[in-house]
Order: sequence, then structure tokens, then C-alpha cells
Amino acid sequence: MTSAPTVAGVEYEPVIGLEIHVQLKTVTKMFCGCELSFGDEPNSHCCAVCLGLPGALPVVNERAIQFGLMIGLAFGCEIAERSLFHRKNYFYPDSPKGYQISQYDVPLCLGGEVADVRIHRVHLEEDAAKLNHIGASGRIHGADRSWVDFNRCGTPLVEIVTEPDLRSSEHARDWLRLLRSTLRVLGVSDVNMEEGSLRCDANVSVRPVGSTEYGTKTELKNMNSFRYLERGVRAEIERQIGLLNAGQEVVQETLHFDPATGNLTPLRSKEEAHDYRYFPEPDLVPLLATEAMVAAARADLPELPADRAQRFQRDLGLSAESARLLGFRTELGDYFERALAADGDDPVALANWIPPLIERIGSDQDPADSKVAPESLAALAAMVGAKEVSRDAAREVLTKLVEEGGDPREIVAREGLGALSGEDDGLAALVDAAIASDPDAAEEVRGGNRRAIGPLVGYVMRESKGRADGGEVTRLILERLQTG
Amino acid sequence: MSEILDLTAAAAAERVRARELDPAELFDAYRERAAAEQLNAFTWVADGLPANGDYSSAPLGGVPLAVKDLFCTEGVPSQAGSKILEGYRPPYTATVVKKLAEAGAPLLGKTNQDEFAMGSSNENSGFGPVLNPWDRTRVPGGSSGGSAAAVTAGLAPWAIGTDTGGSIRQPAALCGLVGLKPTYGACSRYGMIAFASSLDQAGPLTRDVTDAALLFSHMVGRDHCDSTSLAFPGELTPPRAQDLNGIRLGVPEELTGEGGGIEPGVRESFEATLKVAEQLGASIEPCQLPHAPHALSAYYLIAPAEASANLARFDGVRYGLRVDGDKDLLTMYTHTRAAGFGPEVKRRIMLGTYALSSGYYDAYYGTAQKVRTKISDDFRAAFERFDFVVTPTSPWTAFELGAKTDDPLAMYLNDFCTVPMSLAGIPAISIPSGLSDALPVGFQLAGPAFSEQRLLDAAYALERAIGFDGSSARR
Repeated sequence: MTSAPTVAGVEYEPVIGLEIHVQLKTVTKMFCGCELSFGDEPNSHCCAVCLGLPGALPVVNERAIQFGLMIGLAFGCEIAERSLFHRKNYFYPDSPKGYQISQYDVPLCLGGEVADVRIHRVHLEEDAAKLNHIGASGRIHGADRSWVDFNRCGTPLVEIVTEPDLRSSEHARDWLRLLRSTLRVLGVSDVNMEEGSLRCDANVSVRPVGSTEYGTKTELKNMNSFRYLERGVRAEIERQIGLLNAGQEVVQETLHFDPATGNLTPLRSKEEAHDYRYFPEPDLVPLLATEAMVAAARADLPELPADRAQRFQRDLGLSAESARLLGFRTELGDYFERALAADGDDPVALANWIPPLIERIGSDQDPADSKVAPESLAALAAMVGAKEVSRDAAREVLTKLVEEGGDPREIVAREGLGALSGEDDGLAALVDAAIASDPDAAEEVRGGNRRAIGPLVGYVMRESKGRADGGEVTRLILERLQTG
Repeated sequence: MSEILDLTAAAAAERVRARELDPAELFDAYRERAAAEQLNAFTWVADGLPANGDYSSAPLGGVPLAVKDLFCTEGVPSQAGSKILEGYRPPYTATVVKKLAEAGAPLLGKTNQDEFAMGSSNENSGFGPVLNPWDRTRVPGGSSGGSAAAVTAGLAPWAIGTDTGGSIRQPAALCGLVGLKPTYGACSRYGMIAFASSLDQAGPLTRDVTDAALLFSHMVGRDHCDSTSLAFPGELTPPRAQDLNGIRLGVPEELTGEGGGIEPGVRESFEATLKVAEQLGASIEPCQLPHAPHALSAYYLIAPAEASANLARFDGVRYGLRVDGDKDLLTMYTHTRAAGFGPEVKRRIMLGTYALSSGYYDAYYGTAQKVRTKISDDFRAAFERFDFVVTPTSPWTAFELGAKTDDPLAMYLNDFCTVPMSLAGIPAISIPSGLSDALPVGFQLAGPAFSEQRLLDAAYALERAIGFDGSSARR
């Protein structure tokens, strides 16, 4: 978390809540038997129900309910034994019935939390069709023509609404990453922001630090990547603080984030001035979550990222930071556990090799897709532990592994990167050379000032190109100066 | 021909099953009459009997069926009486129509109706009013007016309609037919172009109770395409009751008193029928449905509210009428809907939209739902003491075309006695109880949910004792 932004002496605290829409990875749509698809020929997956043809009726997808229950259980929500679907009425070409079927005041899940953020509710609904606008505006207003693709229409969605517990744009970004990992581990969604299977809106307000009341909030839409979420929220926080410091008020409105320019533009009021006229969907009966259904959903729950992080910290002794990194990012945790299976002597040391690895392969990459086998990383960590290779040299080996893969031992042998030891004449010669190069420092150390040893050790490390072990070098220098 | 015409549907089915009647001959006899009709009862008539099917082994014996326009029928115009769906041919067939075809009742034609089933006189059809075969200056009732007129005039052996607040029972009453509004959920609504989803039910309109029972027995059942449908408990058998011994009839004071505006002739027929029932062994006592007088008010909030959403899909984007605006979405929507919907439909969309609006929801829709619950409770209490509640079906007989078109509230009063059962989701049947000034009068019996078998039995016993003859309307 960053500290709260300050302008002109008043310190403001951002208050952020997220609304996340997640497309569920069911085989068929929410209320009909059409297969889910992505990127198929437009309007190749639709039927009387999802086209809203006269007389067609919805039937709830049981698998979607199961996924909704799994999400609710994973978040520790209270599961409603009886929940309702409502009709949310609005006219738009992406809504073939003229209403969206969505849960409203009696949702499937209430309460719960994911890490440090409380969940307000989780409910089920259906996705709209996809509109494509031909023309310069890119929107329906001013488009030459628009066409509708109903393949997406009726895709099961869960909407996850958080409490306003997030306090910075980075916090929001990191938490959304955790949420994505959690949903991915649950196996309920592809959670791909670029493809739209994970979509995030943010409610943003600011208030003076210490205030317990909320400021006027705005809603940010269309932040379809973690980076855009962070950028959009940050820009909005700055905009709001700027307004307040200029003596103006924040107006409650919906803003559209343009990733190309980073600008936030208000959606036309026509597009947002809705009275949705919710009422209970008479074509569906109340959704009863039976004990058997809840038990089945519970039985399908895997270990969740937050639990995994806790286990890494508690059972393996990892630092909190390291445990969160490996727990929250599923692919890193999986890679780590595979490496651990190859050599589990020192989990903490092994875990510390993951950040340098992802630094080399790209921070968003999955190391399983890299040339570095988990066994190789484990072997490298073990060599460092056994002082067969110095930490600095091991970093070089890692770079080579990322470039070409292979066995770290071979790389060490081939490149002559093995650690220089005390018995090694070369190292003894370097120690002598160090003492000869800086007699003043040597004299200080002889006189009892051990802190003066730094330049001498540095000389050896530099000259050995990192192959020497710092501790060993210190020991040798002291030995030489005391006996010499 | 006249011999075929005189057969009830059940009798015709028996003849076909006994191989005494050729189903093609039966079909053509009715097809010719339907194609030549002067009542504006049909909006579409089939070319001929579907070739496939051995009707001699089918329970419904190939007896052709007239189907209200709002049932979707694959490849056949299904317009729900609305210009906004003119020429619309759906890609699928409603479950009930499909079930009946499979049981051996092929589609004879689609019948005219009030637009989206909103009306009690069939004058709200986008395709012109239907005439009452008993007197062509009068309405047949509605909204299933085309189905009622077709069966009454012998243009079809039997028909199905839908009832939301009385749309089967009231036209049955005004045409001298039997009309059954089943328990909500007994018949699938899949493929019925919706008016008010929590109220709509399909049911038969027939010459007699036996036909109604036969047709109904092949309409019921749980449909996996309709979440609100239910398996029908128990078996449905042809009604056989000869008397009403031990049957307790309750006469609700709130519906049969002065407030209902019941015409003298209708009241006379109703009281005469109560006497017949008594002679058959029934006991008759007044009963109370304290909230029933509020049923119409609740109904005219709930039904329009649901309709306002159900009819939102008619937006010109995907099917039906489109009237383009000035390259602008909103004007396309408004021009299309302004041109496509008739005045009554627009009135109810406005009512429903208002009732659901933010700030008004609790006062209107919310209160109406509470009244609905109270009405259900009233019936539940009544059925602890009575087997059936009985009323006149309609407060009056068939009225003249145009008589009530300028006064929507007077028109709504048609449903004063039928709407309470719709709100309670319970079954009710209307049977002809006689004539008043040469026009038929209907008698309504209502029972608890899924009491159709008992209801049909009682109606059958009454029907035999009353001996109504509707043959004069089948000229």
C-alpha cells in the first residue's frame, strides 16, 4: 500500500469498492442449453430462449448454481437457503428480452471475505449480448450501423460486490489478482480480463484521513486489465482530490476509462439514467439451495490461495511476503511445490529463488512455461545451500537456465562458476593480493577494527567475479591478518 | 356433413378410433368451414391433415384443434393478435400444442384474440373483432374470443385458449361453451406468448365437459422447459358423476352480491343452477371471500406490471415489425412500438411501468402482491368448509360490439368473478347454465389447486341436469 496522497495540506484517504463480473465456465448458458463459446462465428450459439423469442422461458443451469455456491463457500459467505431471481428492465439491443434476469434483494450469498477485504454479496445473473458498432464513434451513438452477436447472451455470470475496504489503487490491483487466483483455483471461470471473462468496475471516493463518513463516489467502468484498474483508480483518486482542493464537489456519475488515453469520461446521462423497475421473475421459482447442494459444492472446494499462503507461512516457515506471493499466485505456488518435491531441505531458501526467476522471465509469466525446470531451480538452491556455488554466481547460472534450460550443475562446471574455497590456492592468492593492495585497511583490521575489512573482502569478491563465498573470504582474511 | 358436425370431439375421436370415420374427412369438413367462416374467428387455417400419424390409435383420434394465436406454432403465423408480430412464424412449437398433436389433435388453425390476451371482448385484436355466433352484432368475449367463436359455430370441434384473468371462462360463458382454467402450473407455458407470466394458463374450450376433460388430460404435465410447471398429481379420467351428493357449494357474497353488477337474467340463471345442484344432492351455503372485491385492483397492477416486462422484447431489433427512426435507436424503438401496439396494450404497459417505478413499487406492485396472498388465504379458508366456490362466470351476457370500448373500467368488470381464482392460481370451470334473452349464461365452479378431476365430475353432473343445447349456434 502506498501512503495516502496529500495535496495542499489536507490529507485524503481513498475508499474503493469493486464490483466484479465473472463469466462462469459452465458447458451451457445460464437459462438455456446453448453451448458457451468464445470467438466463434457470431450468432452460432443461440436459441429461442437466449434470443428472447416470444413464448420462450428460462430454466436455471444447475452447474451455475453449484459454481455460485462454491464461490460463496470459498469466500465464507452466508448461503441463502432460498434466493430469488428478478427482472432488471432496460431497453438496449444487447438485451433481447428487454430485461436481464439477475438476483436482486435476495441473493445467493451474503457477507464473507477474501483476505483483508469484506465481501458484500455474490449473486447470479446472465450476460448480455455483444454489440459491435461500425463507425468512427465506436459507440451506438453516432455509429453507422451496429450489429448484435448473441453468442455471449445468457452466459452465466456471478457478480461479486466488495465492501469499500480497499485504500489505494495498488491495493485494488493486488486484491483483484488474489480474487482471480481464487476463482481460477476454484475452476469456475477462465478469469481472463482481456477476453472479458473477468470484468471489474470500481466505486471510488476520497475522504479526509480520520473521517468515518464516505465521500461522494463515482463508478469507473471498462478497466479490462490489472494495469488499467490501477491506472484508472489512481487517476480518479487524483481527479477527486484535485476537485476538492479546488473547492469543488465530486459529482456522483459513471465514468468510462479509456485505456488509450488514460482519460475518464462521463457516460452520457441518457445511458445511465435508469429506473430498472426490478420485480421478481415470474418465470422462475425461488432458488432453493438444499443441504445436499451445499455439501456437494463444499466437497468440490480445492485449497484456496489464502489458505495456501497461510500453510506456506505456518508449515514451511516462509515469510509473510513470500507466502503471499506463492500462495496468491497459483502458478508460482504450483511451481514452487514441484521444486519443493525435488528438494525440500530448505523451503525458505528455495522460495527466495522464485522472485529472481520471475524477474528474469517476465513478472506476469508462468515459470512452468519457461525453460527452467522446477527440479533445476531446486538443484541450484541446494548448491548455494551447500556452498558449492556462491549466491552471485548462482544468479548468473539462473540467467543461463532461463536462456537455455538444462542442468545447473553442468552450467556451473562448464562456465567455471564453482565456489572458490579456502583450500583453493587461487583464493589464498587473492586474499594476499587484497591485503597487499590496501595496507591501511589491513593495519586497521590487525588493530582490532573488524569493520575495516569491507574493502578487502570487496577486492576479493570483485577479483573472483563472485565465485568466492563472502563468509569464507572474511574468515580467510581474518585468519591471515591475525597469524601474519 | 351435418352428422360429423353434430359429433362432440370425444365422440368423433371414438369414431375415428373405431375406424368408422376417416380422419381426413373429419379434418376437411372442419377445414372447409374454418376457411369459409364469416366471424373473423381464424387468423390462419391449415391446408390439410398432416400426413404422418395413425389417428385410429391416437387417444385424440385426429380430431382437429383450433389454437389461440398466441401459442407458438412452428412455421405458422403466431401473432398474439398484434400487428407488432404480423406474419411472425416462430421456429418452434409450444409444448401444449406439441403434446396435443402427439396425442392426435392436429392443428386446424390459429384463432383470433385480443392483442396479447388483453381484453374481454376480442375487440382489441390487431386483426379485427370476432363476432359472436349467437348474435353477430355482439362480442364473443375475450381474450380467447376466436377459439370460443370457432367452437360455438362449429368451425372447429374443440379449441385451446389461455386464461390470465378470465380469458377462457368469460368467452366460454358468452358463447355457451365449457371453458376450463387449470391450476397454475398444470400446463406448460412454454411457447405461449406471455401476457402475465404468473397468471397465464392454457386450457380447453369445448362443447361439453367430456371434451374438456379429454383435451385437458393430454395438456397437463411437468415440462422441463417451464420451471413453473408441475407434474399433475393423480390420474385424469373421463367424468362420470351422476349426482352431487355430499358436495358442498359455497356462494361468495362478495362476488354475487350487489357490488358485482350482475344482470338480472344472469342472476336468474345462476339461482336456477343452484337449485339444480341442490336437486342433485349438493348443499349450498353462503361463504366469504373478504378480499375478493379487491382482486380486480390487484390484478390490474400485477398483470400489467408483468406485461410491461414481457412485451419489452417487441423492440423491432430481431423479429416482427420495425419502423426505423432517423438512424437513431430510441426513435426506432418508439416508432416501432407506437405503430405496432394497440391502445389497450399501450395503456397496460404504461400502467405496469408506473406500478413498478422506483418510489411507487411498494405502494402499487407490493401492495397488490399482499392482496394476492390474502385472496389465496381466503380461498384456502373457504375450501376447508366447501368443495367448490360457485359464481356466475360473467356478470352479463354477450354485449354489443362497441358497447364498452370507450370505458376500459366497465370492460375490466367483465372479470370481476374470474380474476380472484386467477390470482389464487386455482382451477375454475365455466359451463353454460342456460339462455337469457337468447344469449348464453355461464356458471363458474372453482376448486382447490389440482382439484380438476372433481371439478370436471361436478360440472359433468350439472351439465347433464341442465341439458343446455348449443346446436342452434352451429348453423
